[in-house]
Amino acid sequence: MVLPALVLFIVFGVVPLVGVLVLSFTQWDGLGAIHNAGLSNWRSVLSDSQLPHSILVTFEIMILSWLVQTPMSLLLGTFLAGRQRYRAFLAVLYFIPLLLSSAAIAITYKALLDPNFGLGPGLHLGFLTQDWLGRSNLALGVVIFIVSWQFIPFHSLIYQGGVRQIPTTMYEAASIDGAGRMRQFFSITVPQLKYTIITSSTLMVVGSLTFFDLIFVLTAGGPGDATRVLALDMYKRGFMSNQMGPASVIAALIVLLGLALALLLRRLGGSTTASQQEGA
Amino acid sequence: MDPISTSRRNFLGLVGGGALAAGLAACGSSGPKSTPGSTAGAGGAGSGATYWFLTGQPQQAIREAQVKRFNDANPDTKLKTTEFQNDAFKAKIKTAIGAGQGPTLIWGWGGGGLKAYVEAGQVEDLTDWLNKEQAELKNSIFPSAFTAATANGKIYAVPGETVTPIVLFYDKRAFEKIGAEPPQSWGDIMDLVPKFNDKGIAPFSLGGQSRWTNMMWLEFLFDRIGGSEVFQNIFDGKKDGWSDPSALKALDEMQKLIKANGFVKGFSSITADSNADQALLFTGKAAMMLHGAWTYGNMKSSGGDFVTGGHLGYMNFPPVDGGKGDPSDTVGNPGQYMSISSKATDAEKATAKKFIANNTLDDATVEAWVKSGSIPVVKSAKDKLSSITDKNDSAWLNFVYDTAANAKNFAQSWDQALSPTQAETLLDNIAKLFQLSISPQQFATNMNAVIGQ
Repeated sequence: MVLPALVLFIVFGVVPLVGVLVLSFTQWDGLGAIHNAGLSNWRSVLSDSQLPHSILVTFEIMILSWLVQTPMSLLLGTFLAGRQRYRAFLAVLYFIPLLLSSAAIAITYKALLDPNFGLGPGLHLGFLTQDWLGRSNLALGVVIFIVSWQFIPFHSLIYQGGVRQIPTTMYEAASIDGAGRMRQFFSITVPQLKYTIITSSTLMVVGSLTFFDLIFVLTAGGPGDATRVLALDMYKRGFMSNQMGPASVIAALIVLLGLALALLLRRLGGSTTASQQEGA
Repeated sequence: MDPISTSRRNFLGLVGGGALAAGLAACGSSGPKSTPGSTAGAGGAGSGATYWFLTGQPQQAIREAQVKRFNDANPDTKLKTTEFQNDAFKAKIKTAIGAGQGPTLIWGWGGGGLKAYVEAGQVEDLTDWLNKEQAELKNSIFPSAFTAATANGKIYAVPGETVTPIVLFYDKRAFEKIGAEPPQSWGDIMDLVPKFNDKGIAPFSLGGQSRWTNMMWLEFLFDRIGGSEVFQNIFDGKKDGWSDPSALKALDEMQKLIKANGFVKGFSSITADSNADQALLFTGKAAMMLHGAWTYGNMKSSGGDFVTGGHLGYMNFPPVDGGKGDPSDTVGNPGQYMSISSKATDAEKATAKKFIANNTLDDATVEAWVKSGSIPVVKSAKDKLSSITDKNDSAWLNFVYDTAANAKNFAQSWDQALSPTQAETLLDNIAKLFQLSISPQQFATNMNAVIGQ
């Protein structure tokens, strides 16, 4: 029964991974012969000042977008877990950004944020007429905003499901004990959602390591290299500079970082997976 | 992967590496598989010559018409085409050629990209063919177009399509508003900047996010200040070529113009692909723009009465006071290029050569290019110009022809001329230079590190 899945995983997961590892020790321009390069790629990439910068930008986007997304998703998810009709209607609206492709979102935002022909100059709104994608800090902020705008609906959905799993008896007991809504939220909802938070955070953190399409279309890593995340750095080295070796080194680093972060988050969640819910 | 060594492939198949042989056989055929209506020729000499080219009007229609004329005349050896959008093409062609799945006819921009194919042994040496059989074709093309088709003294591509120098465009209405004349020197440009800014008009439009748009400025400043040999040294791999005093002066002048607010606000988030930079010029928000001759067509069709009303002005980049460069020099694309895959079968190569010889620069093509507002890479283009009735088009085409034909040195765009590795580093550092986040000295140091790579 596991055979098809295993074959798929090996062919599309393990084999390319090994291929990238092998390529990271070679010199190849994507056209001609592949030459053995020993450790020189690793040495040159690890001593390149671009690498710490890309890692920093990647982590900035990862942490800041986590900080924006988690509270918003948690609140929205809890709100949408209610069974009222209007909430179901709102849930559909909130879900729309998730239906759009990242490239389409990037092109749309780019047009809206254009300092000369965008939304700000069009409506004569001074505060919207900024050089949004042309200044380093603003561009980073815009990327984090759009990422959050795009993915909050998805994480809200996860939290909505999580909240609905919490037995209503807990809330009834809490009401009898005189706990208000705020108290219920922080003493029941949040602790009960512990594993949901870990799941959603893992998806955010590991996902933000591979952010590419949105940033590529929106800023192409610019201005300068202000939004050049690891995945973009890898692409530029591999497919723009024709240096598959160094690009493979970065790919290998992304894999390692992703694994380390996923393991760390699992650790944070505690080793036990026992549920605190009755009957589970 | 080499389709000629059939015996080795069969041998492998006999030995029993069935799957391996199948894989190799698949590598042998070139190009996409869908071949409706074509019958495989006898003896393996397939009629399967393929040609990939770019979409986007008016070029696309001209390319399609060329293929149609060829296929009508040669029903037995039809050329199969696949069309790609620009960026998709750039990504796909490199991978496809590397995997032995490329087209027979390889369309490109020559220069460093072509050299990479040459070094990997992927393209045919066409020197003899052009010097003997096709001497007439060769002589009909602008000689300057062959520089970017040549690697290690041999010609690997045939220039085709159009010659597109970079030109300084300006809006005559903007100059009337401030009561000034178009700049005759770099000093004039610097003097004009505050005058335009005072009137709320951006002196220059620039699609800075595209990066190669910024590069055009450096190409001219390097040439005007230090002469064409400054970049030639860099191109030849001379050590520390970017630290040439003229190069550093050019980089410094560049940053002076940026610091003086010479460019439109927010230029580093404007892309050239969206034509927003052209829109700034023809809507009167910017007074001047340094851009490729290929933008004329779009400014004419999208710019309202900007071109038809005679408001568009253009000139070659002005000299820099005390500079060594020849003011007739220009930069840009001396042509587009067609190479033939060395992995194609002999029959496919013959088909491709026939297409290049008969249909890429024939009379019908030359006329179509001129009508579309471009100068094709052949000397005979001049004769066609007299047939243009539109006054604006006629003046423009004569200007482009004269700029290209009279240029003492027609340099190829740096990002096409250099190797892909150097080009990407260059574009990266240019973006930072325009952000003012690195100094000219740092720029030179970063670029010297990749010279010759």
